[in-house]
Amino acid sequence: MKPSSHNWKIACLPFFVVGLVVSLVAWASNSPINSSPKSPALTEGTSFTNTVSQVDQFFDKQWSEKETAPSEIADDLILLRRLSLALHGTIPSLEEIREFENMQGENRIERWTQKLLEDRRFADYFSERLTRAYVGVSQGQFVIFRRDRFKAWLSEQIQANAPYDELVRTLISGEGLWTGDPETNYITQAVADGNLDRNKLTGSTVRAFLGQRIDCAQCHDHPFDHWKQTDFEGLTAFYGQVEIQILGVRQNKKLTYEVEDRETLKKRTVSPQVPFLSECLPQEGTLREKLAAWVTHPQNRRFERASVNRIWGLLFGVPYINPVDDLPAPTDLSQSPPDLLDILGQDFRVNGYDIKRMIQIIVASQPFHLSSTSANDEPVPIERATGDWALFPLVRLRPEQIIGSMLQASSLKTIDQNSNIFMRGRRFFSEIDFVREYGDLGSDELNDFPGTIPQALLRMNGEFARDNGSASLLNSVGRIARFDISDKKRIETCFLVCLTRLPTALESEHFVKQYQAASNQNQRIKITEDLFWALYNSPEFSWNH
Amino acid sequence: MFDSHFLSSKINRRDLCKVAVGGTLSFMLPGFDLIAAQKRGAERRKSVIILWMGGGPSQLETWDPHPGTAIGGPGNAIKTVVPGLQISDMYPLLAEQLDTMSVIRSMVSKEGDHERGTKYFKTGYRPEPTTVYPALGAIITHQAPASDLEIPQHISMGNTQFPARGGYLGGHLDAFRVQDPGNNIGNMRAGVESPRQNRRLDNLNVVSQAFQKGRVIQTKKTLHQSTIDRALTMMSSEQLRAFEIEKEPESVRKAYGDSSFGRGCLVACRLVEQGVHSIEVNLSGWDSHANNFTGHQTQAAMLDPAFSSLLKDLKARDLLDSTIVLCIGEFGRTPKINPLEGRDHWPTGFSCIVGGGGLKGNVIIGETDPTGKEKKPTEPVQIQDLYATILQKLNIDYKKELISPIGRPLALSDGTPIPKLI
Repeated sequence: MKPSSHNWKIACLPFFVVGLVVSLVAWASNSPINSSPKSPALTEGTSFTNTVSQVDQFFDKQWSEKETAPSEIADDLILLRRLSLALHGTIPSLEEIREFENMQGENRIERWTQKLLEDRRFADYFSERLTRAYVGVSQGQFVIFRRDRFKAWLSEQIQANAPYDELVRTLISGEGLWTGDPETNYITQAVADGNLDRNKLTGSTVRAFLGQRIDCAQCHDHPFDHWKQTDFEGLTAFYGQVEIQILGVRQNKKLTYEVEDRETLKKRTVSPQVPFLSECLPQEGTLREKLAAWVTHPQNRRFERASVNRIWGLLFGVPYINPVDDLPAPTDLSQSPPDLLDILGQDFRVNGYDIKRMIQIIVASQPFHLSSTSANDEPVPIERATGDWALFPLVRLRPEQIIGSMLQASSLKTIDQNSNIFMRGRRFFSEIDFVREYGDLGSDELNDFPGTIPQALLRMNGEFARDNGSASLLNSVGRIARFDISDKKRIETCFLVCLTRLPTALESEHFVKQYQAASNQNQRIKITEDLFWALYNSPEFSWNH
Repeated sequence: MFDSHFLSSKINRRDLCKVAVGGTLSFMLPGFDLIAAQKRGAERRKSVIILWMGGGPSQLETWDPHPGTAIGGPGNAIKTVVPGLQISDMYPLLAEQLDTMSVIRSMVSKEGDHERGTKYFKTGYRPEPTTVYPALGAIITHQAPASDLEIPQHISMGNTQFPARGGYLGGHLDAFRVQDPGNNIGNMRAGVESPRQNRRLDNLNVVSQAFQKGRVIQTKKTLHQSTIDRALTMMSSEQLRAFEIEKEPESVRKAYGDSSFGRGCLVACRLVEQGVHSIEVNLSGWDSHANNFTGHQTQAAMLDPAFSSLLKDLKARDLLDSTIVLCIGEFGRTPKINPLEGRDHWPTGFSCIVGGGGLKGNVIIGETDPTGKEKKPTEPVQIQDLYATILQKLNIDYKKELISPIGRPLALSDGTPIPKLI
């Protein structure tokens, strides 16, 4: 072989390696299922409209009793933005906005929601949200805990619209290896320092699926709730026979659950026991199967109430009852009328615990359609109206939503599983870095939290913002700046791409003036960049409204 | 909130920010109290610098050598200026600077995993699912805020997977991260020059006002604008000079060593001088499951010049009496040497160095078994005890209880101060 050709090959080697890595990452970050655009179908049946009108009546009654007037109905484009943020974790692309505008006929929002729910981005985004609630954000001990596998598995379940009760039962009672049967990572998340922390499992089971915090009952009776330490121990005993061996998560019937008495330091055996509804505990099955059946039993109303409260929280950014895992005990429905969680919970239960249907119901009900603006500018009525869901709340976007939105706004086309590998690779890496720098919210992401100065600095001056905000031939700033369109149209396009709305007359005038003062193309590009910068940094960009 | 007239191209960005601060943040004292920063000795308000050894350094190759034993490895020990204290011979410069510092050789933990161990040792509380605990630096910032600072009060330098967080005290107490200290202050510089930056802010004002319409109360509550204003103040603050180590003579810069960690230590010294109270400098790379001995040589080549120069300069600038310096990692490493010439995780009986800020110096606490057979050291010390000690020295009531978001009262530290250090 000639030396020169040899050198050529060596020189190219790094490019091959980089190419290979990029392809692999893009492939790995890609979803295994090709999206097949299905024609949006409506959720049929009278019970759907029944539930929606029950919800609406519930709020109408509440508003008239409290003399709170609901705000106006929000513009469709605002709903579009809310839906994309809640279901895909990004803002809609210009491509999607145009597609929506071209949609004909009735029930556009419902059909659009259906389309978003069928999109793989929904399953992926929701699976990350639920993964946080179930196993937290920590990567844990790699050898026996694989968060990535767990999340991918959950995404498959959501994509297939697996009944939620079945899904939860699989998590609690699953057996096998954390790699081959990823649901078992729900169990192995609780391994710390080589030991399975069964108390942690009890705490997370009750918090994630029943919406109750009983963690403090691990050591003492709950100070103001009715949870006793014996309740906690009795529940933990259901995890008493789970064992983690070389073959994975297994039941070992020989094991008994023992606790050390804090007073006498003597060990005593605790038998599995549920704190209420013991009639819902089945006779058959392993201990964990029994627990799973009890948690998801149709009569255990805590389960359905906690589930719909969480879904509500993911759609609005704040749960109906906050915090999401500290719900009041269900009331006796023969004595008092059902509250919102009872109405939604019943629909969830009788319709096979269908997550997508529940989302459609919440989206169809009044509060989701209300504007976040009000003619009132007094703090107390605003506070009250927000609390009564008569005014759509302003909710800070999660870091993933911010980065997702910035990335989407940098492209005119939709960034999804059909995007080119560079775009997907970029999304994959940028998200990890950005979320780390922006401050990950961990598992309590549905709580309100204040914005920070480093976040403002990152949005204003960060590398990512700089890259996205500098005009290139490929990104949206560069393309919009070079389009042969009127300045007014150019400004409108920028606003649609970043804020999913048209500019107001004042805004339009402000920017038109700048373009008119520009003498060459280079200046026009800089004006477009500075316009984009302002849109990226506006409160409107970082808040759901 | 955001007055449209205050943005005018005739004034520069700094003036503009002053107006912004004056107008919207009257609770923040404008300007910087030079006198507070110039105070020296015991009068000065105390700072804490944590040199975080990410990955878990081996106690045997740092501050607790057992040369010539089966567990001791190939290294040797050298004498230090502290009578009776010997450390690894990889630290000749530090050995000269350890007067006023103390060594604890009996740190114990129950967390043998990096993430859990780090969270435990940065906060003083073992991690649990319902509560995210604040790091020591966040507690200090929360309890003793420095109202005269325009730059962040809690700063973490260097690369780390688990930087100090504000936890339940709030994200605003997360450490401000500077990944590449001495070279780059990251996001604190605007992307464009003044005239364009002014146009950008002007644009932002117009867009913000449109959003405010009908949402006056709600947008005020978001604090979005005041956060941006404070960020802008920071971007044009004179105090940012603390990050500019090129202001130091070359000999000083050289002494810290040519490493990101070294530059971080020099910046830390300058930040303390400026009045920053909580600083973390990260040095990772200690996780020596294989080739422990060469690995620790590489690390020592960075740590020895940086740590010793930091102590030397703090003394020279009369800042050590008001600055507690702690050098610690999440755990130590096994006495047993594995077949790959490595040492594995060892959360029972490992070492740290602490001193300054009025803590008792020249103290050695605890001993580990030179044969490595006995796991437990004498006089075991838990991290919460050390943090209770530090908080007490800072005149912060470590027993003070704060209510966590789930309504649980939590002491700032549930440890007990270490009598030997006070």
